[in-house]
Amino acid sequence: MHEWTLLDAAKAVRDKEISSRELTRALLSRIERINPKINAYVTVLPEAAMREAAARDEEIARGIVRGPLHGVPVAIKDIFCTKGIRTTCASRILKDFDPPYDATVVERIRSAGAVLLGKQNMDEFAMGSSTEMSCFGPVLNPWATDRIPGGSSGGTAAAVAAGTCFAGVGTDTGGSIRQPASLCGVVGMKPTYGRVSRYGMIAFASSLDQGGPIARTVPDAAAVLSVIAGYDRRDSTSVDVPVPDYVAATERGVKGMRVGLPREYFAEGVDDSVRTAVTKALTSLISLGAEAVEISLPHTGYALSTYYIIAPAEASSNLARYDGVRYGYRAAGAKGLIEMMSRTRAEGFGEEVKRRVMIGTYALSAGYYDAYYGKAQKVRTLLRRDFNEAFDHVDVILTPTAPTPAFRVGEKVDDPLTMYLSDIYTIPANLAGIPGISVPCGMSPDGLPIGAQLLGKHFDEESLLAAAAVIEREIPLPRVAPLEG
Amino acid sequence: MRDNQGMEFEAVIGLEVHAQLATESKIFCACPAAFGAPPNENTCPVCTGMPGVLPVLNRRVVEFAVRTALATSCKVREKSVLARKNYFYPDLPKAYQISQYEMPLAVSGHIDIEVEGETRRIGITRIHLEEDAGKLVHAGAFAGAQTSLADLNRCSVPLMEIVSEPDMRTPEEGGAYLRRLRDILVYLEVCDGNMEEGSFRCDANVSVRPKGQKEFGIRAELKNMNSFRNVEKALEYEIRRQTEVTLDGGTIVQETRLWDADAGVTVSMRGKEEAHDYRYFPDPDLLPIHVDQAWVEELEKTIPELPGEKVARLVSRYGIPRYDAELLSSSRRLADFFEASVAAFGGNPKVTANECIQWKDVVAAGKLSPETIAHVVEDRETGKVSATASRKLVELAIETGKPVRQLRDEKGLTQVSNARALEAIVDKVIACNPKEVESYRGGKAGLLSFFVGQVMKETRGKANPRVVQEVLKAKLG
Repeated sequence: MHEWTLLDAAKAVRDKEISSRELTRALLSRIERINPKINAYVTVLPEAAMREAAARDEEIARGIVRGPLHGVPVAIKDIFCTKGIRTTCASRILKDFDPPYDATVVERIRSAGAVLLGKQNMDEFAMGSSTEMSCFGPVLNPWATDRIPGGSSGGTAAAVAAGTCFAGVGTDTGGSIRQPASLCGVVGMKPTYGRVSRYGMIAFASSLDQGGPIARTVPDAAAVLSVIAGYDRRDSTSVDVPVPDYVAATERGVKGMRVGLPREYFAEGVDDSVRTAVTKALTSLISLGAEAVEISLPHTGYALSTYYIIAPAEASSNLARYDGVRYGYRAAGAKGLIEMMSRTRAEGFGEEVKRRVMIGTYALSAGYYDAYYGKAQKVRTLLRRDFNEAFDHVDVILTPTAPTPAFRVGEKVDDPLTMYLSDIYTIPANLAGIPGISVPCGMSPDGLPIGAQLLGKHFDEESLLAAAAVIEREIPLPRVAPLEG
Repeated sequence: MRDNQGMEFEAVIGLEVHAQLATESKIFCACPAAFGAPPNENTCPVCTGMPGVLPVLNRRVVEFAVRTALATSCKVREKSVLARKNYFYPDLPKAYQISQYEMPLAVSGHIDIEVEGETRRIGITRIHLEEDAGKLVHAGAFAGAQTSLADLNRCSVPLMEIVSEPDMRTPEEGGAYLRRLRDILVYLEVCDGNMEEGSFRCDANVSVRPKGQKEFGIRAELKNMNSFRNVEKALEYEIRRQTEVTLDGGTIVQETRLWDADAGVTVSMRGKEEAHDYRYFPDPDLLPIHVDQAWVEELEKTIPELPGEKVARLVSRYGIPRYDAELLSSSRRLADFFEASVAAFGGNPKVTANECIQWKDVVAAGKLSPETIAHVVEDRETGKVSATASRKLVELAIETGKPVRQLRDEKGLTQVSNARALEAIVDKVIACNPKEVESYRGGKAGLLSFFVGQVMKETRGKANPRVVQEVLKAKLG
């Protein structure tokens, strides 16, 4: 039953065909068998999950259905604060941190009736594209365990692909949901900036971070999005726009939809297998009535460097609070305040986090601000304008999600610049604040999953879900990685 | 001050005020902003900077600052930006303070002050919003303390920073500006103005230059002054120090200096100070603050008569001295009380003003009614009670809460002003003191007060001394 879709599992619980306890027990035992092979979970909550499942079953017996996820076991990236449950961001500096409150996303999935199985591995503070930068060790790709799963939500994508949860919630700052979804053969969506509350989601880069679903099917992702989306007064950047029926949108089809193909995204650097698979996705859309339009997003070439100014700058400030004073790791034996803070941070943060904190600190420094952060903000405006102009002519934009299928563990870990290039197609959507989805559209000759990315207008997640659902229906692919457990 | 060649120096002073806004809750969370709670009681995940939390701006804070801006003739910007000021310190849980940097809430205002009968206009550069930091408590002496404890109650308490132009030239002007600014904030009910508790704090930038020179001298920043008087004293000291250093051929260094109130000197903080780079940038967790014109117009209607206007009106309407008007206007409540007292009787406003000023603490505590003052003033003007008795009556009224006229009658504190009623007693006193009568008639006019005293003694203080004198003079010839 671990291969069921989330919607089927939810229906089975509601129809009393199966109990939440049976489902939860099945998945917990699968986690027990599979997780040692892929390291997708950093915290598993067997007792709490079984308790919650029992409570959901009791409610069902009394005719109470909390919401669309009633009794369905799911899991979340270890970046969302969970009251009384260790929340680490896969960092030594927060290794024993128990938050005093629940993130809005956590509140919402709980009030929708979901059962929380555990917390998933990630790149430390969401900084990475391979989930190798975790203090708990790397996550391995369930399709080929010598490969990385992508990142930073690699734990969530791998866990979903391995059938160890029905869906998960990740976060995406520069592609951290879409790129691992692509590399693990699952569906991942970064909603419009402001669609999902960031309250309780540990900040990496505040103006780019956005939580979103990772699931095995487009309707499943839509169901999770319906639950977590919506205005939250605790997040000033969340937007008060009504939440439509996202599941229904997956049935809309693409008749008459104009699909933009930005020439900048199909230039050099795209792996042949990726190009072939994305072309197939386009063909499937056209065969169901969509129209292809070639477009240009002229400032695309500046996106990566713009991102690597803005994201580290914000991170350098967001991560300054981890100083050993109030919570988390504190270096032992320091003499005096400055030594305590410096050593705490030197010992508590990993290499990639330190690299970005230093880049960001530099970019914000007096005398450099205008040349770096100030300039990057201007380029960001130009990138946003590119998309706005493109959306005058097209409804969605189709691109590869990542330039290549999953690479080998350790292949790029010592070469940050090459690693950063894995996010070249996903980063622009974060800079522009627009929604994006990655949907499986093929396999490489080596049997590695490949995803297609669809980008849409602000708050038009529905068109993305409609188009992604068509690709999913037209290109049948295995949903669960063939891991023997 | 002059040097031996007769060169004259003048000071250039600019003041930065941090006023704590009197909102119920903090600037970015719902915790109470109140002073005096047990350590870390008024805190939540947001103001203690837990991972994942986000700030939400308190609308009331913006409202208070906009009203202050309007009351100081500032231009309120339609769009202003909250920015992060980054630095590490254990009393700053996020390791950044949310403040305003490049785009403050309001700019270009002024306040008029009166010094030695002259009106001076002091410019206001900007008004911006920010959050306060917490407080560290050191176990043992500050230097060498083994432990430091952080109390985060004050974290994210709303502050408004009001920066003046370097328009003041003397410590008196500095003091007058501060007092006027404080009075305005208290009038607006946006700040309690308490300097000792730190809800109204002031730093001063001061430099000296030869009179007539256009360029400013090198300035020092003075901190740690917790009363108006201390600000004036610190400025006085610092101006003298800088002038002396300059006259001795030395140079002034740009530095921060702490006022040591006990020693009466400013002390350099050099050595402790590092070159800070705060890496300001707009806070991505908060949207820009938008203040629309309609809201500004609505808030404009809530601005009461301000201290400067009130002083001028009290002087012209009631003919009281400016000094009295200033004292009365130091609090809106006192000024209102004065006007109500005058209205209740309509007697001499100057006498009423004196009474109001004499009882201002009781008025502030709300323990006195304008009728009490009105009746006492009226009874004194009509000679029904003496000055001594009237004070006693007010005290009794405060104590018992009874109407002052009832008390007057109950306690028999009415003054005898009827000449005929006093004649018999005067006759008696004259009869009992023949020697003194002889001396008086012989030219010792000073003895009149002796006779007045004797009559007062006989009447147990109830006689109107003015009437007694008249009767005595007539009888003694």
